[in-house]
Amino acid sequence: MKNHSNLLSNLMLAAMVGFVFLLSSCGKASQGTTSGALSGNAASKVYVAPGQHDEFYAFMSGGFSGQIAAYGLPSGRLLKVIPIFSVDPEKGYGFNEETKPLLNTSHGFIPWDDAHHPALSQTNGETDGRWIFINGNNTPRLARIDLTTFETAEILEIPNSGGNHSSPYLTQNTEYVVAGTRFSVPIPQKDVAISSYAENFKGALSFVKVEPTTGRMNIEFQVLMPGLNFDLASSGKGPSHGWTFFTSYNSEMKNSLLEVNASQNDKDFVAAVNWKKAEEYLKAGKAKDFPANYMHNVYSDETHSATSTAMKSVKVLIPSECPGLVYLLPTPKSPHGVDVDPTGEYIVCSGKLSADITAHSFPKMLKAIEEKAFDGDISGVPIIKFESVLGGTVKEPGLGPLHTEFDGKGNAYTSFFISSEIVKWKVGTWEVIDRQPTYYSIGHLMVPGGNSMKPEGKYVVALNKITKDRYLPTGPELTQSAQLYAIDGDKMELLLDFPTIGEPHYAQGISAEKIKPKSKQFFKLSENKHPYVTPTEKDAKVVREGNNVHVYMTMIRSHFNPDNIEGIRVGDKVYFHVTNLEQDYDVPHGFAVMGATNAELLIMPGQTETLLWEPKKEGVYPMYCTDFCSALHQEMQGYIRVSPASSATALKWWLGEEKPVQ
Amino acid sequence: MKKQVLNLFALIMLLAAIGCSSDKSEPAAAGGDAAAKPKSMVSDEPDPLENKGVGPITSVELSATVDQAMADKGKVVYEKMCMACHKPTEKFIGPAPKGILDRRSPEWVMNMILNPEQMVKEDPIAKKLLMEFNGSPMANQHLTQEEARQVLEYFRTL
Repeated sequence: MKNHSNLLSNLMLAAMVGFVFLLSSCGKASQGTTSGALSGNAASKVYVAPGQHDEFYAFMSGGFSGQIAAYGLPSGRLLKVIPIFSVDPEKGYGFNEETKPLLNTSHGFIPWDDAHHPALSQTNGETDGRWIFINGNNTPRLARIDLTTFETAEILEIPNSGGNHSSPYLTQNTEYVVAGTRFSVPIPQKDVAISSYAENFKGALSFVKVEPTTGRMNIEFQVLMPGLNFDLASSGKGPSHGWTFFTSYNSEMKNSLLEVNASQNDKDFVAAVNWKKAEEYLKAGKAKDFPANYMHNVYSDETHSATSTAMKSVKVLIPSECPGLVYLLPTPKSPHGVDVDPTGEYIVCSGKLSADITAHSFPKMLKAIEEKAFDGDISGVPIIKFESVLGGTVKEPGLGPLHTEFDGKGNAYTSFFISSEIVKWKVGTWEVIDRQPTYYSIGHLMVPGGNSMKPEGKYVVALNKITKDRYLPTGPELTQSAQLYAIDGDKMELLLDFPTIGEPHYAQGISAEKIKPKSKQFFKLSENKHPYVTPTEKDAKVVREGNNVHVYMTMIRSHFNPDNIEGIRVGDKVYFHVTNLEQDYDVPHGFAVMGATNAELLIMPGQTETLLWEPKKEGVYPMYCTDFCSALHQEMQGYIRVSPASSATALKWWLGEEKPVQ
Repeated sequence: MKKQVLNLFALIMLLAAIGCSSDKSEPAAAGGDAAAKPKSMVSDEPDPLENKGVGPITSVELSATVDQAMADKGKVVYEKMCMACHKPTEKFIGPAPKGILDRRSPEWVMNMILNPEQMVKEDPIAKKLLMEFNGSPMANQHLTQEEARQVLEYFRTL
């Protein structure tokens, strides 16, 4: 009897729990329990029902993964990892013949880089959803990703650079993406003593022009600056459109033990570059042609292939010969982030070692230039007097300020690495309004459109450097952590933690509606201009050219044509050029062959991709489709017969019935 | 006592569900006879020459004689988009289109080309064909209606 009544009370309890759960799922629960920093209804604010879409895309840089990961917000659901600077065997990126050229550099093929700062293209200061750019930090490069395909469309190497960190930070109509060097280096490179830093080392600020319809990049000019270390950048907007601001550290110009030696001066510099003035100097023929070796790699959706072009020179402007081109704004102390507010009036600088946040005033800067309120110069670049350019100071808001984003309602959100928090403050009055802890040690932060003239100020995402106990442990290496806060109320509210891939540095966010309608569903076969396309099964064939064998192969649910091949010999280089004949949404096929030393192919409908296969031993090798495509996916398979190098086995291929030698 | 509690449980859940009643109700998923019957003919099936299938095509006018220009265009489309699975005169991955209009209505043929996903779920003949051809799906190759009409005209020449 006792057990029986226990059962009844359990049922009662279950009913009550069910009741509460159902009410919560209607979004009508007014108050729940508070657990730590989370208020009770946080879950409902990030809940995106199965089958429903998120309101925003978030593009998180992968840092040392070299990729961008696309997430949905507010759910934090991972949508796609876009391979950019690092090879990705899952997609065959950097392994198939078509994408290998994207990773060419003047140093050869490089399968990895460190990708930090994504930048969505903008029109009239607003994100437009066409492209996203990102910098490669280690071997200086810039990439452009096409947001109709979410694939890398272009990678441009940046010469005369020693680490492309202050990049891409584009201008308000995507006229330019910029690329400031973190390390100053000898320009042109030469064999000199490192201790000759002050004499020989220069810092190049590159301005890369973006063709407005195709997005194609081209290094328009470089500004040859003194040997500072350029850190981050922000382009002007509205009234300050035409200028780009770069933070720098190491005004001490030291080359060793920088954590001490580059932290001596109370102020370092923001370099303000007037790129419209640079265009005038360029037109007037003031640029010098510097020899340079760099690669320009472009992918085409028509040929489904990338090509590499070796570039041989760049145009360089020397500030001492171009008055008015660039000014230095003294900024306390070792400034990291620089962020121009949506009105274009304030240039907000976060001195890593400063107690305060410093905001320079763009109108004051213009006035100081007019009145020549200078305090000397470095290599002919005038230094504007600090007091003449200072617009305001946020007094002691926290420890270790790094980056600032804006909500479009006059508020700014600054990340503090050392005190591990986001501080909300008012632009113009400089008063602190709110602060929320982050878990732990936030680096960048992101409001969708928060670096543009039209922020969509609903959320801020914290991109944290340290995770420690936030998730189930996974050995010594832990995932990095993003945290989502609602910022549409007076107080910031922590809603969600979610893991990220690699180390997220900066991120970008955008209304899904700006991208969704333009998303490509498949490639039209009739537009496929791949040199080795097999447009119909009738065209399937195998062609021997010496030791190179080209297999023109098709795939459709659920067979390859041909699926039996004989007459391959040890020592051959076999190129499988595989065309997916499907013309429907979400019907990719994969291709894998035993013993391939590269990866699989993952081929979208209407696309052609090529896998190079070099069989080392005779035998019969299976091949198969790797992407579950239909009920008969498992049957989508075939054989390749490999004979000894000296054999006379005839070259034959077929599907279904064996055909005579062709 | 137990019964009362269960009733209470039901009542609470009902109330909670009513609280959600602003949610749009989804139409019920299409019928449960996914397990198609074996090949033998079933008497209550529609006349295949009258059955127009499911899709955008409700009526097709066929000229008395074949429009050869249209059929030629259809052949080009067919060879590009359909041949990977359908040989014109012999069974391959899917059935051969030769003589198709002796077996099916022209509307059915075009709907099968233009709307295969729904056809294999809802049209009794298409459902049976899917099983007969080993569950191999008819791929939607996204032909335009004009192209599908040209392909139909080409079928008349086979």
